[in-house]
Parts: sequence; C-alpha cells; structure tokens
Amino acid sequence: MIEDIGIVIAKLVFVLLFALNFGGILTWVERKQSAVMQDRIGANRASIFGLRIIGLFHPLADAIKMFTKESFRPVNAEKFLFTVAPTISVFFALVGFAVIPFGDVIYIGDKAVNLQLAPLNVGVLYLFAVAGMAVYGVVLGAWASRNNYALLGGLRASAQMLSYEVALGVSIIGALMIYQTVDLQEIVRWQGQHYWGFILQPLGFLIFLTVGIAETKRVPFDPPEGESEIIGYFLEYSGMGFGMYFLTDFIETVMISAITVTLFFGGWQVPFLTAAGFVFPWGWEWSMSNWIVALLQVTSFTLKVMFFLWLQMLIRWTLPRFRYDQVIRLGWKFLLPLSLANILITGLVLVLIE
Amino acid sequence: MNVHDKYKPLTFWERTYLPGILAGLWLTARHFFRNLTIHILRSLRIKTDRLGAVTYQYPEILRPLFPRLRTMHRLTRREDGSPRCVACMMCETVCPARCIYIIADEKPDQQIEKVPKVFDIDLGLCIFCGYCVEACPEDAIRMDTGILEISNFTRNGMMLDMQTMLSLEPDHERYVKYNEKGEIVSAEYIEAKNDS
Repeated sequence: MIEDIGIVIAKLVFVLLFALNFGGILTWVERKQSAVMQDRIGANRASIFGLRIIGLFHPLADAIKMFTKESFRPVNAEKFLFTVAPTISVFFALVGFAVIPFGDVIYIGDKAVNLQLAPLNVGVLYLFAVAGMAVYGVVLGAWASRNNYALLGGLRASAQMLSYEVALGVSIIGALMIYQTVDLQEIVRWQGQHYWGFILQPLGFLIFLTVGIAETKRVPFDPPEGESEIIGYFLEYSGMGFGMYFLTDFIETVMISAITVTLFFGGWQVPFLTAAGFVFPWGWEWSMSNWIVALLQVTSFTLKVMFFLWLQMLIRWTLPRFRYDQVIRLGWKFLLPLSLANILITGLVLVLIE
Repeated sequence: MNVHDKYKPLTFWERTYLPGILAGLWLTARHFFRNLTIHILRSLRIKTDRLGAVTYQYPEILRPLFPRLRTMHRLTRREDGSPRCVACMMCETVCPARCIYIIADEKPDQQIEKVPKVFDIDLGLCIFCGYCVEACPEDAIRMDTGILEISNFTRNGMMLDMQTMLSLEPDHERYVKYNEKGEIVSAEYIEAKNDS
C-alpha cells in the first residue's frame, strides 16, 4: 500500500519535472535557437558570479522577474475569475501529461511498474477532453479582464481553438483505426511490433502536427496573441498571471510534441530494442537488465520530444503568420475535409487488405 | 521578355505552399546547423577563424568606425601648444542647436588677436551635425575622437569644457585601418573572442 503510493508519487514528480523543466528550458531554446538560425548570438548576458554558461541563467532571470512583479488586477475585473483563469490554463496544460507513457514496464523487486502516470484505457479521449478544456482558461481570462480588446482577443483565440479541436480529433481517427485501441501504452507497444505510425499514416501525421501547432496558438497560427501587431487576450495580466499564460504556451508545445511522438513516432520505442535487450534481425543479441532497457526507452522518448520541439521552434521562426480569416478557413475548409478523406482512404485500404 | 511572365499562375504544388514552406525550413535549418557547428568548434578552440554570428559583442568588441563619423568634439593645438581657435564665433553662429558657448579673451599677438577664455559645448543639446567643423576657418574643432560613450547622470555633467576638449586625441584603435593603397586592412577586431 505504502509502496504503491510511493511509486505514484515518484512517477508524479518525474512527470511534473519533465514538463516544467522542458517548459522552462524552452524559453532559453527559443531565444538561442532563433538566434543561431538568424546568424546572431542571442541572450548571453545574465550571469552569476561572472559565469555566463551560454545564457542559461536567462530563464532564471525571467522567473525571478515574473515572481517579483506586481500582480495588478484592474478595479472592475471579476475578482475570482481573473485570478483563477491563468491557473486553469496551466492546470489543463499540465494534466495532459498524465497519460503519456514514458517507458515500458519496469520491475522493482516483484512489482511491475508501468512507466505511465495514469494507465487509463481511454487515453486518447482523455487527451482531447483536456485539450478542449484548455479553451476555458483563455476565454475566462479574456472575459474577466473587463477589457473590450482583451475580450476580442479571447474570442479570436477560442474560435481558433474550437475550429482546430475538430480537426485534431478527426485526424487521429485514421491512426486509431489501424491501432485498434485508444490506450496509449498499447498504441506504443503496437508500434513496436509493427511499423511506426508516421509510415502508415503520413497524411494523418502532418495534419496532426499542423493542427497541434494551431491549438497551442504559436506562429504561424498566432493571430490571438499577435505579438506586436494586435492586442492579445492576456492584456491585463502582469507578473505571475502573465507568467502562467506564457508557461502554458510552452507546456502545450511540449505536450503536442509528446503526443505526436506517442501516436506517430513510436513513443518510447527504440528500434530493435525489446524488453530483454537488443535483438537485431541479423541474429545478434545483446541482453540488458530491465533498468537499462527502461533508461534507454525514456532517453529515446526524450530525444524524440526534443526533436519535435526543435522542429516547432524552426517552424515558428521561419514562417510568417496567417491572417485570422485564413486561419479559420484553413481549419474548416482544408484540414477537416483532408482528415475525413484520410479516414476514408485508411478504411478503404484496411478493407482491401483483409 | 514580357513583364507578365513574372506572374505565371501557380502550379498545383505551388498553391499548396508546401514547396515554399519546405524550402524556407530547409534554409533556416541549414543556417542553424552551420552556425551551431561553428559555435561548437570555436568553443573547443578549433577553427576559430569562422564566425558563427554577425554580432559585435559590445563592449568587449567594438564596431570599427569610419573616419567620417562625427563623434565627440576636440579642439586642436598649434605647435607651441596654444589652441588654434581664435574665438571668431563662426561655429557658435552656425550651430543649429545653439549649444556652443564661447567667451573670447585677448591675445597679445598682432596676427592672432583672440583666444577663447571659455569654450563650452552642451552635449545634451548637440545634434552632432558637424556644421561647426565645416564652418571653422582655422581647423580648430574636429569631431574625430571616436568617443561614442557620452553619458552622465545629470544634465550639468553633459557640458564639455575647453580643457577636456583640448586634451582629447583621436582614438586610432576604434577606426578602420587603411593600407597604403587605400583599402581596408582585414582588421584584427574580427579575430577577438566572439563568445556564444
């Protein structure tokens, strides 16, 4: 009983550290990667005792700034909702990490521990439920500010997120038809035995990645935020409230990367690695202990997530942003029919194979 | 060549914008990996002649200035050490910002009748146009010191007086260097440390 609770707490700590660390490091990655891409150097002046370490103290400086700024609340704002809305946003961004599998089963003594925080058998549905609730954080924050421009920004954001929720769900269905299950751990195991998802569903993968970036409201899909062009929904927030919206942006980026990796890139699968060690097709075998296999699996998951984070940063700093009507038109008139066509084609191929 | 040839209708693939997006991503990814390799090699002290960025890390590395740049003023001297300025008030008259304040004094010399007793330039007002340099008939005032860091905590501290201006000399380190043919020498500033 006690060790069950201990195991759950250990997994919880790991998942939270994973999500929050990546979220914090992403602020540094954004500045440095964009700088290296643009032939610049980026932010490298925050130092402690003269040590600069390529600007890694800048996220720390940002965090200190967010904590110490005055959290200002406008007089007419709805007191409760205004304070709670950024918290809702961050909550639903973090909670989605509960069903992402980090590795296979490891054996502590005689206990089998599944490296997944909440082994739900409706994993994918849970993810979409959480993504749907994330709209609330934005809309409540915009509404509770009692500011017309913030409200307009919030309406833009909610309309965009709702349009892309549909495409998000529909683009996955093709993959789910192939995997025959919605449990994420089973999906990853299926990909280990057969092919990885993106080989079988290239169109679904591309659509899901595009829609994921649109859900997180990052460039090229960021008319709601605007960033120097138009007023966003977090206008009246300062200090920690703004810090939480800012963090939500990055944590949702990590979450979309993690979901893409889980559904289409084999999750924690390493090629040729089974639960007992490496088994190469040409006959070599290299057996390893259970812990080392688990470590390799978690490392491979982390590396794949890092690749997708890099890719999303590359897209963010290369492409210009869409106009708002182009965003909505893309969601409804282009990506949704394309994902429906994907379902049709997948169904046809599955029927023809059998 | 017809001018309308530039606006050919887009092909099917071009209209999806996927080739454009991929070409753009390829370009930035190429820049990313090239600069990253150069940064890593420089931090390991290999191949330090290529730069990974075009940034000048001010204030450790200064951007080289060209001789025409109008920087902080200085007054020139004659061979015997006295200032060349004859307090003719041409610079004070032509200054558009009216920031030069001159009070003349007598000089017991038939050729040079006046010297300035007070020659102040209020750098808070100065617009660095260079008219005073053009107007001076004696080549007494120049703006070639190469000093760009002009700041103070108070407005009164921005006043530049005659003693300071007489003591300034051009800082040759900050300017580009020319060889005898008049071309710019590949300057040593580039090889200074350019850390990431």
